Order: sequence, then C-alpha cells, then structure tokens
Amino acid sequence: MKRILLAAAFSIAIAGCGSAVKLDDVSVEDKSGTPVGMQALAGPVPASTSAALSRSAIAPIEVGSKAGTGAAGAAGAATAAAARTVFFDFDSFAIKPEFQVVVDTQAKLIKADKNRKVMIEGHTDESGGREYNLALGQKRSEAVRRALVLLGVADSQIEAVSFGKEKPAAQGTDEMAMAKNRRAEISYR
Amino acid sequence: MAQFRVDVTGVGLTQLPIAVAAFRGDDAAPQKIGAIVQADLERSGQFRALDATGAAMDEAARPDFSLWRQKGADSLLVGSVTKLADGRFDLRFRLWDVARGQDLGGEKYAVAQGDLRQSAHRIADFVYEKLTGDRGVFSTRIAYVTKAAQRFNLWVADSDGENPQSALNSSEPIISPAWSPDGSQLAYVSFESRKPVVYAHEVANGKRRLLANFRGSNSAPAWAPDGRSLAVTLSRDGGSQLFLIDAAGGEPRRLSQSAFIDTEPAYARDGRSLYFVSDRGGAPQIYRMPAGGGSAERVTFTGSYNISPALSPDGRWLAYVSRVGGAFKLHVMEIATGNTNAITDSSADESPSFSPNSRLIAYATQQQGREMLMTTTLDGRIKARLAGQAGDIREPDWGPFQKP
Repeated sequence: MKRILLAAAFSIAIAGCGSAVKLDDVSVEDKSGTPVGMQALAGPVPASTSAALSRSAIAPIEVGSKAGTGAAGAAGAATAAAARTVFFDFDSFAIKPEFQVVVDTQAKLIKADKNRKVMIEGHTDESGGREYNLALGQKRSEAVRRALVLLGVADSQIEAVSFGKEKPAAQGTDEMAMAKNRRAEISYR
Repeated sequence: MAQFRVDVTGVGLTQLPIAVAAFRGDDAAPQKIGAIVQADLERSGQFRALDATGAAMDEAARPDFSLWRQKGADSLLVGSVTKLADGRFDLRFRLWDVARGQDLGGEKYAVAQGDLRQSAHRIADFVYEKLTGDRGVFSTRIAYVTKAAQRFNLWVADSDGENPQSALNSSEPIISPAWSPDGSQLAYVSFESRKPVVYAHEVANGKRRLLANFRGSNSAPAWAPDGRSLAVTLSRDGGSQLFLIDAAGGEPRRLSQSAFIDTEPAYARDGRSLYFVSDRGGAPQIYRMPAGGGSAERVTFTGSYNISPALSPDGRWLAYVSRVGGAFKLHVMEIATGNTNAITDSSADESPSFSPNSRLIAYATQQQGREMLMTTTLDGRIKARLAGQAGDIREPDWGPFQKP
C-alpha cells in the first residue's frame, strides 16, 4: 500500500506562493532526505520571471546571401576558374610545371593593374581535420603567393588565405574528386 | 518525441539500476520529463534504466519499496508537471533510495515552457550527483554546426543535442566553435567575408565582435581558462602560427616561432600549458609548450597523423584524433602515463570535446556518408548518437557548467 507523503516543508513552499494549504500529517519515518519545497525555494533554478521569456533563449544572426552559393557556378565561370586554378598533388605544396603557365598569366594580369587586389584561396581534399586542413590550404595559397612575387607582383596586391576542406570544387570521396579539391584559386574581388 | 539511441558495448559494466517513472502530467505537457531524465542518465553510462511503465505515482506518494526492489531497482525517481494559470509549469520530483527505503530529496521549479527541457536536465543532474557523487552535465549546452542546402548554421543545443537554437546562419562555412569559460560567448571561425575570420559572439543577445581579422587566415580560437584572452592561429606573418589575443581584441602577441604549421591550440585547464598541433617533425603531431610561449615538447609518438587535441577539465586526459591505417579515430591518452586507447569503431572521427565533468567526450563522425555527433564514455563502452537538425552535423563543442 502506498502511503501519502506530505512533507511539512511542502506546505511552506505553497504558502510562499500565496495559497497556504493545511495538510494532514502522515509521518514519514525517514527524514534523511531533503524535503521537497525547502530546497526548491533556495534551489538552483530560480523561477522564470515570465511565462513567455525563456532564460536559455539564443538570439540568432543571419549573414551572407540568402540563396546560398553553390560550389559549382555557371559553365562560363567554371572555364574562367580553370585559368585561375593551380592543382596540387596529395600532401604537396609544390607548383607543378604544367601550372606555371597559370601563375605566369595571372602575374601579368595583376601587374597590369596596380589597383587590383587579388585573393589566393588555398583548398584541400576532405581527408583529415578541418583546422589542420586550413593550415595545409594556407601552405598552398602561400606557395602561389610566393611564385607571383617572384614574377614581380607587389605583395601588397595579393593576400593568401585558406578555405581548408570547407569549399570543395568537386563532391565525392574518390581520388578524382579529391584531386580536383587540392587546389589554389586566384580570385579577383 | 525524439528518439534516443544509446549503444552499450562491453560486459562487466557497473551501472546503477534506476527506475524513472513517467512524471504525472507528462501526457499533457509539451515535454516528456521522465523520458528526458531517463535518456540523460543512460547516456552517462553510469545508469541502467529499468522498465517503469505503468507506474502511476508522483513526488507526493511514498512508493511501495518492496515492489521496486523486486524489479531490481536501487533507486526510483518520481515527479509531476502541472501547467500553472500564468502559463508556466510547476515541476516537482523526488528521488527515493529503494534499497534503504530512504527519501533522497527533491526540488520544485516554476518554469517557462521553453525551459522545461532544461529543467528536466537539472533533475537528471540532481539524480546523477546524489547517486554518483559527481556533478552532472545534463543541463550544460553543446554548440555545433550544420550544413544543409548550402546553408551553414551554428546551433546552441541542450547536452543531448535537442532543443537547438540558431546563433548564426550563413551562406559560408562556420568552423571551430569554442565556448568561453563562463558559457556566455562562442568564439568561432566564419568565412562570411570570403576568408577565415575569428568572431566572439554573445549567444544570449546576438552581439558579436571581430576578434581576429588580420591579413591571411585567422582560425582555431581557444579561450584561456580565465576567459581574458584567446590563443588563435594567424598566417599574417606567413605560415600558420600561434598568437595570443586579448578577449577584447587588439594587437596579437606571437606565441610560436617556427617555420612549420603550428595550429589547433588547446589550453590545459590550469592555464599553464598550451597543447597544439605542429608538422615540425615532418607529420602532424601534438606538442605542449608553456602558455606564454617557449620550447615545445612532443606529446604524441604513435602514428603519423595526430590532430585536434582536447584536454579534460580534470587535467587527466588528452583526447585527439589519430590516423590509423587510413581511418581517423578518436583516441584518449592518460596524460600521466601516456597510455592511449582508440575508443571508436568509426573511421572519420573529428573534433573531440570533453564534458565539463570529464566523464564524456562529444565528437563528430560519419556513418553511411552522413555526418553525425556522438558522445562516448572515456573507455568507449557507452556511446550515444546526439539528436540534431537535418543535414550534416559537425564541430561539437561542449560548454561549461551553467551558473545556477
């Protein structure tokens, strides 16, 4: 049989709320626990001040374009990107001979317009941690930056940054996709 | 009702058998308090929940102890949830020691509907602390990032991943969220200006400030334990190097001086040393140096790719990700002995983060090509998949204990 537990402290708590209730006292043998109510009033969670206001509420912020920018642009943009992209081997930061023409061409363009600011964006494949890949992508963008400076581009015109593995050019986990993602893009803004 | 998935592996676990009765009023309440508390306790790995179906009782009734003893319970949680006239909810509970027939206490709250889950987690914390002697972490919060339909969202959620609230929604990636030691701010890396920049963001009011927006890449924020400064990775001098920056912003001070990658700083909780990842030895390994800079000593020696160090608040454990045969696996090292264990069967683990009581680790992983968040006990025996938003879910950071 269940017995009804009516802790005295409970009535204190209710009294505190302004509606005192006289309780029949059924004694409880064991008093070792902390009665409900006593601890509640001094307890860890103060009552919310308003029913509408949650104390754990978060204020949201929205940034960037509403539509979202996909990795793949229009076909024309993709062609143009090829002329501005240097691809790298796995775990490598060396500009391969076949991409020196990309660097040469871009160096001429940048030098031709001294007001032009250019970003070099390093990228990695999806393998490994996000922050470490950010640092690896930075090594790729800086390799291209140094190559441009060697060709006479003013350092003040170019900034080397990294997107790590966050902006893959190709989706997928196969080597074909991974190879397309290990790259540095020269971006005119 | 969300689905809770808790996987238990391994035998010989010592778990406390507890019965959590459905709270009186759960059926009419917007949150099922009893179920939330039970899932919390199970996820901790310290409890085995017994079937309490059909138990119609609340905190006011003295239970029939012999009945619960027969069911194998050591303890019993009962309570009630009642809607008040002003729209708030009155939430009460009592914990019983069934074996001894003792009242272990209870509490009573009047809370807004939006705080009901948080209060359920506080009840789980009460139970956890009473029965294990350790502080519970269920009422703490976890930040994580989702990617869905080319939108990136930074969420603040309950410790079970539920009840997510958006702090930042962006068309560009967001990575590396890090809670300030007081739990009021998140530092993170946002690519919204088409380069990685570090922000500090007060989550309650949405106020944020640029912490590091220097030439090159700015990333990997780690709060010093006193909350006054952060270690960050900057490439402004060429190469990714560690810097110290005041929490109010300002001119950074360089901490590492190498011609290699130095990144992913993580403070020991005493604030004296800084762990980080460097490829100075030819491959990424975890190192440790004095927090103010100085000579570094290598910490990881096994494997050729060890990244993403996380230190337990009690100072005993280092969690990190190690590449083993092409798979990226969560490892836990006992710092004093160097003993290390791989604690997962998955192959794309990322971003470990300790619970504030040092008993659990939250981490990101993949299953069937989908990104998901998990929690695990340090021995890897109890794992639970955290609930979350649709889409890929990643970059968890477990927040500190909440101020009462």
